[in-house]
Amino acid sequence: MMNEKLLVVKDLSVIYKTDEAIVHAVNKINFDIGRKETIGLVGETGAGKTTTALAIMQLLPERTGRITEGEILFKGENLLKKSKNEMRMIRGERMSMIFQDPMTSLNPIVTVGDQIRESLDIHNHDKKNKIELEARVDELLKLVGIQPRRKSEYPHQFSGGMKQRVVIAMALACNPELLIADEPTTALDVTIQAQVLALMAELKEQLGTSMIMITHDLGVVAQTCDKVAIMYAGEIVEQGTARDIFEGEKHHPYTLGLFGSIPDLEVETRRLNPIDGLMPDPTDLPPGCKFHPRCKSCMEICKHKQPEPHSFGNHIIVCHLYAKEV
Amino acid sequence: MNMNSITEITTTPIKKKYKKKSRFGEIWKRMKKNRIAMLGLAIFSVIVLCTVFADMIVPYSVALEQNIGDRLQPPSAAHWFGTDAYGRDIFARVIHGTRNSLVMGIGAVVVGISLGGVFGAAAGYYGGIVDTLIMRVMDTIMCIPFMLLALAIVAALGPGLVNVLIALMLSMVPYYTRVIRSAILTVTGQDFIEAAKACGTPDRYIILKHILPNAIGPVIVQATMSVGTMIIWAAAMSFLGMGIQPPTPEWGSMLSEGKDYMLSSPHLVIFPGMAIVLTALSINLLGDGLRDALDPRLKD
Amino acid sequence: MEPLIKTIDLKKYFKVNGGLLHAVDGVNIEIKKGRTLGVVGESGCGKSTLGRLVIRLLEATSGEVLFEGNDILKCNRQEMKKIRPKMQIIFQDPFSSLNPRMSVFELIAEPLVMNHVYKSRREMTEKILSLMDTVGLAERFVNTYPHEMDGGRRQRVGIARALALSPKFIVCDEPVSALDVSIQAQILNLLMDLQEEMKLTYMFITHDLSVVKHISNEIAVMYLGQCIERAESTELFKNPMHPYTKALLSAIPVPRLTGNQNKKIIRGEVSDPINPKPGCRFASRCDYCKDHCLGQDIPLKDQGNEHFVACRIYQ
Ligand SMILES: Nc1ncnc2c1ncn2[C@@H]1O[C@H](COP(=O)(O)OP(=O)(O)OP(=O)(O)O)[C@@H](O)[C@H]1O
Ligand SMILES: Nc1ncnc2c1ncn2[C@@H]1O[C@H](COP(=O)(O)OP(=O)(O)OP(=O)(O)O)[C@@H](O)[C@H]1O
Ligand code: SF4
Ligand SMILES: [Mg+2]
Ligand SMILES: [Mg+2]
Repeated sequence: MMNEKLLVVKDLSVIYKTDEAIVHAVNKINFDIGRKETIGLVGETGAGKTTTALAIMQLLPERTGRITEGEILFKGENLLKKSKNEMRMIRGERMSMIFQDPMTSLNPIVTVGDQIRESLDIHNHDKKNKIELEARVDELLKLVGIQPRRKSEYPHQFSGGMKQRVVIAMALACNPELLIADEPTTALDVTIQAQVLALMAELKEQLGTSMIMITHDLGVVAQTCDKVAIMYAGEIVEQGTARDIFEGEKHHPYTLGLFGSIPDLEVETRRLNPIDGLMPDPTDLPPGCKFHPRCKSCMEICKHKQPEPHSFGNHIIVCHLYAKEV
Repeated sequence: MNMNSITEITTTPIKKKYKKKSRFGEIWKRMKKNRIAMLGLAIFSVIVLCTVFADMIVPYSVALEQNIGDRLQPPSAAHWFGTDAYGRDIFARVIHGTRNSLVMGIGAVVVGISLGGVFGAAAGYYGGIVDTLIMRVMDTIMCIPFMLLALAIVAALGPGLVNVLIALMLSMVPYYTRVIRSAILTVTGQDFIEAAKACGTPDRYIILKHILPNAIGPVIVQATMSVGTMIIWAAAMSFLGMGIQPPTPEWGSMLSEGKDYMLSSPHLVIFPGMAIVLTALSINLLGDGLRDALDPRLKD
Repeated sequence: MEPLIKTIDLKKYFKVNGGLLHAVDGVNIEIKKGRTLGVVGESGCGKSTLGRLVIRLLEATSGEVLFEGNDILKCNRQEMKKIRPKMQIIFQDPFSSLNPRMSVFELIAEPLVMNHVYKSRREMTEKILSLMDTVGLAERFVNTYPHEMDGGRRQRVGIARALALSPKFIVCDEPVSALDVSIQAQILNLLMDLQEEMKLTYMFITHDLSVVKHISNEIAVMYLGQCIERAESTELFKNPMHPYTKALLSAIPVPRLTGNQNKKIIRGEVSDPINPKPGCRFASRCDYCKDHCLGQDIPLKDQGNEHFVACRIYQ
C-alpha cells in the first residue's frame, strides 16, 4: 500500500553550489515515517541533517541549494512536483518545522504573545475570536513553562531557552501531521526538556502526529524515538528501530564512536573519547566508505569501494564489515 | 600545543595563498556575476552621463526653443524623438529633464533616509520612551495617505523644484524611520554585538562595522525602490501642475503637457514615460544586486 | 588561595511591563585561579545574566564583582579598558555570535585590532594563524564566512576570538550545547587543554549535567535568580541536598532505552520572577514545602566540607 507511510524519502540527494565548489550535503538517502511514528536523525554537525529537513519542507536556500535527484512522497504525493503555492499550504497546514536556530526565527520587533497569536491566526479555521485566541496563547505558553503574563515582552527580554520554548509553542500551535524538530531542546535544561518532550509525546498520542527528531542527544533519542537513522557525511550509515540501535549487537563503527563520546556520569575520566579526526569536507568526499579515514576497523576494501547496505530485518548497516555475514 | 613552531613553518607560504581579498574587490566580484544588476548599472551609468554631459549632447537652448511651424512632428532625423505642441525638440527636453528628475528622485531619498536614519536609529538604540515617542509620531503621519500629504505640503509651500523635494522627502521620513528601526533592532539583538563589546570594540566601531553592514540590506532595497517611486511622484506632481513649472524641462510635466495629444501624437508621452520607467528600473536592478553582493551569505 | 573572581550580593533587576524582574538576586560566588565553576539551573534562571554581570557586559543593579581583589563595577571607562582583555566570553549560539559579514580572519582579528596589540599586519596574521591552529581550525578557513562552516567550527572561531587577548578568565555560556556529542567532546577537551596550558579560569554555564560534571571543579546550582546550592563537583553529584538539585539530577535522560521511566518530573507552577515574594523560590514545586519555607529568604548554609545549601530542611 502506498499510503501506509506518511512520508517516504527515496534516494534524496541535495547539493549546495557555492562560489568555490559544490557541496554534496545529502547523498542518496532513504527513509520513511509511518503515522504516529518518530524517527531520530542523529549525526555530527555537517552530516546533512538540517539539509534533509529543509529539503522535505522545500525551504532550501533558493539560489544555492538544489535537490539533484530522488523523491519525497508525503501521503503518496511527490512534494517535488508541487507548485510553490501548494507547498506553502502544505507547510502551513500539514507539516511544520522547529528551526535549529530559535534566536533568529523570532521577529525582534513583535512581542512574543503577538507572534504566537499570528501563527494561530493563520490556521484559524474554527474562527476563534480574539479573546479565545488570547486564551490559547496563554495556554500554549503555560504548556512550555512560561508565565502567560510575560507574553507582552519582546524576544530579547527572554533567555535562550525561553526563546526556544516560544518557537516550540508556535510549531505546536498548528497541530501539524508531520513535525520536524531540528535540535529542539539544545538550550533547555533537563527538567524543562523533560516537560517539553512529554508535551510532544502527548501531541503524538492525541493527534497522531509523526515526527522527525533531529538531535545529537542520544538520551533524547532513547526517550522519544521509535526509529533511528544515523547520518554521516550526507549518508545514512545505519538505520533501525530504537532497540536495534541502543541494544543491538551489530553497529556501524561510526555509531559506536558516537556512543563512545558521550561523557558518562558514572565513570570518572579526565578526557572524553571523541572519534578521531573530522568529518570529511563535503566538497571533496573521500572514495570508498566516507568514514574510512576515521574508522578503527578500516580494511583495504573500504578505501576504494563504497559499501553496500546490509540489512538484518529492518536494521540496515552500510559497512563492509558486515558483507560476509549476509 | 606548539603554537610557535607551527607558525614558523606555515605562515610564509600560506599568506600568499590565502591573501585577504579586499572588501570592495569581493563585493565587486559578486556584483559582476549578477548579469541583471550589471544591466541596471549600465543603464544607470548612461543616464548619469546624460545628465553630466547634457549640454554637449544638445544645447539647453534647443530644449526651450519654440518653433510653432514645426509643432507635433513625429520622430525624424532632425528631431529624433519628434517635437511637442510648441515645436520644441523632445529629445533635448528628455535629456535636459534628466537632471531635474534625478535630483528629485535621489535627493528626496537621500535626505529622507538621513532623517529617517536618525529617528530610526535613535528609536532602535535607546528604546523605551524615545522609541515610543518617535514611533507614535511617525505612525500618526503614516495614517495620512502619502500623496495627500505631499500635495498638502506643496500646497502650503507653493510649487517649485525645492518645495516638491521637501514635500516628497518629508512624506518619506516615516517609512524610512520604520525600516531602519526594525533593521537595527534585528541586528542589535544578536550575540555578535555583545561579543564585540566583550573584546573591547568601541561603540562607534560597533555601529560602523557590525550594525550598519548587517542592517543595510533592507534599507538599500527600500531606498532604490523609492528612488523610482519618487521620480514618478515628482512627475505626478508636475502632471497635476504642482511641480516644476513650464517651460523648464521635466519628465512629469512633459507627460502632463503631452496627455492632450496622446492619441494623435503618442511620442509626446512615450519618450518621457520611457525615460521614467528606465531610470526607475535601472536603479531597482542595481539596488537588488547591491544588496545581494553586500551579503556574503547569498552566493551564487 | 585568593579567588580570581568573587561576587558579593550581586543583583540585576530588569524593568519589564509587570514590574521588576529579578534575574539575578543576591548571588555570592567565588572562583579560584585556574579552576572551573560550573553554573547550572533551569532555563531562564539567570545564568547568562550572571555571566554577563561578572565581566560587566551588563551593568549590575547592586553588589560587587571583585576581579583580582578590585571591584570592577566601580572602574571607569579607562580602567575598564585595561581590564576587559583579561575577561572574555564564549557564547552559546555559534550562529548569532559571529558577525555573518566578517570572514574568519576579520573575526579573529577584531579583538587584536581593537586593542592595538600588533603594529604590523604580518605579526597579526601570524598570531591569527597560530590561534587557529591552537583551536584546531585548518588554515584554509581563513577567508571563509561563518555561514559556510558547521557549528563546531564556528564555535572554534568563537574560542579563538576569546583567546586572542590572552585572558585570565573566560565565561563560557553554554559553549557546547548547540553542538553534537562528538564535537562537544572535542571542544570540551580543547577547553580543558587550554586551561592547563594557559592557566585559565572558567565560569562554565551549562544545563547539561554530564558536561558540567566532567569539566568543573565546583558547581553552583541556580534557581530563579538565586544560588541555592554550591559544592565540590563530585560531592554535589554524590550527595545532592536541595530538592531542586535532586530533581535536576534525576531528570537526566540516559542514552539507554530503559532507565528513563522512573524520573522525577517536577510539577507545579514555576514561581514568577517578576516581583517575587520572599521565601524559597522553589516552594510552589517542592514536595517538602512547609510554612517556614515562606515569608523570608533562606540563606546559603554550610553543611560541612564546603557544601552550601539554601533550604529549610538543612537549617
Ligand atoms: N547555504 C549553504 N551553502 C553552502 N553549504 C552549506 C549551506 N548550508 C549547509 N551547507 C553545508 O552542507 C553540509 C550539511 O549541512 P547541514 O546544515 O545539513 O548539517 P547538519 O547535519 O544540520 O549539522 P549541524 O548539526 O551543525 O546543524 C555542511 O557541510 C554545510 O557546511
Ligand atoms: N534584557 C532583558 N530585559 C528583561 N528581562 C531580561 C533581559 N535579559 C534577561 N531577562 C530575563 O532574566 C531572566 C534570566 O535570563 P537569563 O538569560 O540569564 O537566563 P538563563 O539562565 O541564561 O536561561 P537559559 O538557560 O534559557 O539561557 C529571564 O527571565 C529573562 O527573561
Ligand atoms: S565500511 Fe569500513 S571504514 Fe567504513 S565504517 Fe565500516 S569498517 Fe569502517
Ligand atoms: Mg543542522
Ligand atoms: Mg542563557
